[in-house]
Amino acid sequence: MSTTASTLLLGDGVASPAHTAKPAKPPFNWHALRQKASRWLLAWPVPLAVLLAWQLAAQYELIPSQILPSPLTVAATFADLFNTGELQTHTLISLQRVLWGFLTGAGLGIALGVAMGLSPLAKDYLYPTFKTFAQVPSLGWLPLLMMLVGIDEALKIILIAKSAFVPITLNTYKGLQGVPNSYIEVAKVYGFNRWQLLRRVVLPAAFPPIWNGVRYGLTHSWLALVGVELLASSEGVGFLIVYGRQLYQLDVVLAAVIVVGGVGFALDKILALIEHRLLRWRREAF
Amino acid sequence: MTQFVNPLTLIPKPLRGWVIPVLLFTWWWAAYRFSWTDSELFVPISKVIDTGWRMSASGELWQSLGASLYRMITGFVLGSAAGLIVGTLLGVSRLFESLVGPSFHTIKQVSLLAWIPLISVWFGLGDPAKIAFLSLAAFFPVVLNTFEGIRSVSRDHIEVARIFAYSPLQVFLKVVLPSATPSIFTGIYLALIYAWLATLGAEYLLTSGLGIGNLLVDGREHFWMDQVLLGVIVVGLVGFVLNWSASKVEARLLRWRGRSVAQF
Repeated sequence: MSTTASTLLLGDGVASPAHTAKPAKPPFNWHALRQKASRWLLAWPVPLAVLLAWQLAAQYELIPSQILPSPLTVAATFADLFNTGELQTHTLISLQRVLWGFLTGAGLGIALGVAMGLSPLAKDYLYPTFKTFAQVPSLGWLPLLMMLVGIDEALKIILIAKSAFVPITLNTYKGLQGVPNSYIEVAKVYGFNRWQLLRRVVLPAAFPPIWNGVRYGLTHSWLALVGVELLASSEGVGFLIVYGRQLYQLDVVLAAVIVVGGVGFALDKILALIEHRLLRWRREAF
Repeated sequence: MTQFVNPLTLIPKPLRGWVIPVLLFTWWWAAYRFSWTDSELFVPISKVIDTGWRMSASGELWQSLGASLYRMITGFVLGSAAGLIVGTLLGVSRLFESLVGPSFHTIKQVSLLAWIPLISVWFGLGDPAKIAFLSLAAFFPVVLNTFEGIRSVSRDHIEVARIFAYSPLQVFLKVVLPSATPSIFTGIYLALIYAWLATLGAEYLLTSGLGIGNLLVDGREHFWMDQVLLGVIVVGLVGFVLNWSASKVEARLLRWRGRSVAQF
């Protein structure tokens, strides 16, 4: 049996601690499981202690509840907002905005990045303007855009698209530029035509940095969305935060902040999962 | 046989980058000159320059810029110092990482700007609130990159140091720190960029006092396009100077590596 063979080999081959630390494939890896379990357990004491201290401080009125409502109040408000469906409505609106803005920005960014990465001529013409445009952070464009397009949906989509556009363009361009010359030479030796070269060599090689750009782009989109909703909107998660702040209901603010964090986390996780699937060929090499 | 000549190649290479800006400015100028739009928003470029002169002569521009930069630097220094400490602890101690790491990674997911309403309740609308927010903005990238830099130090390097009988402090100062420096620097560089972004956010949302952000908000509220455009240009210039000086400093610090990362 292969498992026993491998444990035997590990057992009497080299018995250094470095090898026992990462066994190849023993029947059941108790060590790794224990390590995983202990890491999982260790993650809890600090946040739980903070929550407990926070709850006690609120309960004994060490901190006024207008300044910091107790975790239990926040949880109750969260449940309340969830049950009335308010939370979902606002989140859904925000998500839709991010989706449209991000898709627009990513599409344009990949197109421009590919154009500049593949054609030196396009790069000569477009790169300086792009770089100048990118120097001003999204929030810097906000007042200007507000004057040009008003504070409606268009403003949000444009701003989100801009935040996704810059990192995606830059990463696509740098990724394509960074494809090692030797790969291209080998492909030429095999007589690949331009299309084959692009599809089989250049794009796969540039994919990891491009995907990194996409992930940054999505993170930036979400950041921009929250910003624009805080400043100009009447619905969405950002609005919920402003609304709670205006009424001095910090429990609503905190509940919305939790949603902002949760959605940000989920968006990034989804892209990480896609990356994991798409890059399986790369991982298997190691 | 006539050969097809791509007209785009006719323009000499150094001039190519100017084509789009020149076209844009011509179009803008024409829109104003021939009143294609009767919108107040198409102010001539000369007016933006005039406003720039006027505001820099009256000192308004410099005061706003100074106030913003002062906040940014203070917040950046506080936040990245805290970030270096936390990042180093996370990187050096497995126990600390297990205890604090997951909480940190959870909190980091909240978009920065979402903290502002809370900070405004806790610290008010003045400078302390803005600086607290800026430190938060600088804190996260520094922690992450310091942590990653320290964790990616090669095991071989540390083993060699052990063979040379280095003390743990020596290992840290002479082996771990130098090899983590590039990553730490990336974090600090990102922190600068984030801090500048956050300065604008803080000035929009905590509207009290002077600052470039206030200049922009003010211009928008009064429909003074020239002032808004001036603000956007200043914001862009500051971003450019930050980028440029960071890459220069990095190139100097990391001379031994012979190549600079994150050059944009």
